[in-house]
Amino acid sequence: MTPLLTVEDLRITFPTRQGPSEVVRGVTFTLGRERLGIVGESGSGKSQTGRAILGLTPPPGRATAKVLNFDGIDLRNASAATWRSLRGARMSMVMQDPKFSLNPVMTIGKQLLEALKFGAGETRAEARARALAMLEAVQIRDPERVFRAYPHELSGGMGQRAMIAMMLVTEPDLLIADEPTSALDVTVQVEVLRILDALVRDRGMGLIFISHDLRLVSSFCDRVLVMYAGKVVEELKASELDKAQHPYTRGLMNCLPKIEGGVRPLPTLERDAAWAV
Amino acid sequence: MSDTTTGGGRDSALLLFAWKAVKLAATVALTFLGLLVVTFLIGRVVPVDPVLAVVGDRASKSVYDRVFLELGLDKPLYEQFWIYLQKVLTGDFGQSFLTKRDIVDDIRRVFPATLELATVAILIGTLFGIPMGVWAAVRQGRLADQLVRVFGLIGYSAPIFWLGLLGLLVFYARLQWVAGPGRIDIAYEYAITPKTGLLLLDSAMQGQWEAFRNIFSHIILPAALLGYFSMAYISRMTRSFMLNELAQEYVTTARVKGVPEWRIIWVHALRNAAVPLVTVVALSYANLLEGSVLTETVFAWPGLGQYLTNSLQNADMNAVLGGTLVIGAIFVGLNLLSDLLYTLLDPRVRRGR
Repeated sequence: MTPLLTVEDLRITFPTRQGPSEVVRGVTFTLGRERLGIVGESGSGKSQTGRAILGLTPPPGRATAKVLNFDGIDLRNASAATWRSLRGARMSMVMQDPKFSLNPVMTIGKQLLEALKFGAGETRAEARARALAMLEAVQIRDPERVFRAYPHELSGGMGQRAMIAMMLVTEPDLLIADEPTSALDVTVQVEVLRILDALVRDRGMGLIFISHDLRLVSSFCDRVLVMYAGKVVEELKASELDKAQHPYTRGLMNCLPKIEGGVRPLPTLERDAAWAV
Repeated sequence: MSDTTTGGGRDSALLLFAWKAVKLAATVALTFLGLLVVTFLIGRVVPVDPVLAVVGDRASKSVYDRVFLELGLDKPLYEQFWIYLQKVLTGDFGQSFLTKRDIVDDIRRVFPATLELATVAILIGTLFGIPMGVWAAVRQGRLADQLVRVFGLIGYSAPIFWLGLLGLLVFYARLQWVAGPGRIDIAYEYAITPKTGLLLLDSAMQGQWEAFRNIFSHIILPAALLGYFSMAYISRMTRSFMLNELAQEYVTTARVKGVPEWRIIWVHALRNAAVPLVTVVALSYANLLEGSVLTETVFAWPGLGQYLTNSLQNADMNAVLGGTLVIGAIFVGLNLLSDLLYTLLDPRVRRGR
């Protein structure tokens, strides 16, 4: 079976006053219709990796790769038209904070309909029905009202569900979730994750789940990539996290508080300059 | 689950719009009272003897004293203000010493000229300024951006009387593309009956298309010039608002959804940038409505700017106060309008009930 997404030697550079700075340095992985977690600390390049797959490296940054292949389509020199036909329809991304990622002067319904790009034999009414059904699928109890609401009229959890609905309404093959719950209350996080998990599982799509929360990722994904300073330092099955070899991953594990251990204070994460080479 | 929504749609938006209008009307009344106090005090503070302005400096003592009493200058200041207030509220601004006519009539005569010029100018400034600003923001740092910025900078820094004279020299004297100074050629002056005082409107309503063309040919050069100045400002502000909006996360969201780039720029980002832009355009318009003294002088435009300058030079205080009040009213009115537009453009403002 050919993988859904193949990434080989992905590099992302940003020009700075001190010369070009490479924030992602040769990331390689493949993804089937599975759930892949990418963990790493701030600045490790995990978010940029996600955006580069969608061709959304913010200028003046530049992404290059030996192979960047989505379902047989070479993304490296894809035209604007190719990207438009892929984004939204076949690959999409749940962003971090609904407070900023939703357009404040547009109703949720309008933003949802926009994702549908109705045209192919679908009337406006049909698209609307599909959008409302999707809002129901993310467990919004009053979809009609949320459809008419503006983003500021929704709570964070509600906004993020609307965001998930917006990104899944087209039933894409690949979903990238970039810290989808980091901006939410702890109590709402689990709920939103459960919704996301169920939808991804039902539809059998490929998922890249980006987070700095190692435990969250391991409970939610099949496979985990650990990134450090723009490189993948370790790749392992989520179930075998305790068999991690790399000292950075082990360090991350040690920093998690354990219920039975009662060790205080938690150890500080150690970094070795050699890992970044 | 504590998630709640307060469903807001068009209906509640309109209702709030009406409520805000009422609330603002009260604010406006207070603002006007303040404005009246200030104009009244200015009239009393300036070193001009109102009696001398009426009777001339060769009048006898008895004539002087009589006019002094007629003008009510022997009464205490608050009583004088009360009389002034009553007069203003009934639309009586007094007479101009210079034209011997009621100030209201004078202003009714000169203001349409300025209004017409300013309106055409702001239309030019907005219709060109906003797209230019958007374009510059989208192509930030590239040639188009630089061109727009340089073009704007010239608009900022070139003296308007110089540009005006240059424009007259090139487009009127040499190329003869436009008509010269004034609002209308004498040949057409009596072809139209003034109704609104806006000659373009009057001539169009009366079907006098030849006159319309003549009037348009007169107004286009000064309006383009004033429009250029507002355009410089509007495009600059549009550029910076758009750069701010295009860097927002919701723009990335739209790209992720596969929304075409033109829609991201003109619908998503510009719709958000429009909120602060309303104020920029309204204030530019208010500035134009004050009447540009230099432009009106260069183009012999019988507008408010020229009228006020003339009155000031001749110590015609009634005219100056009346004109000041009109300008103040314009500022208050346009501020009010932009506040109301805010609530229509930004759903987040509507929440503040």
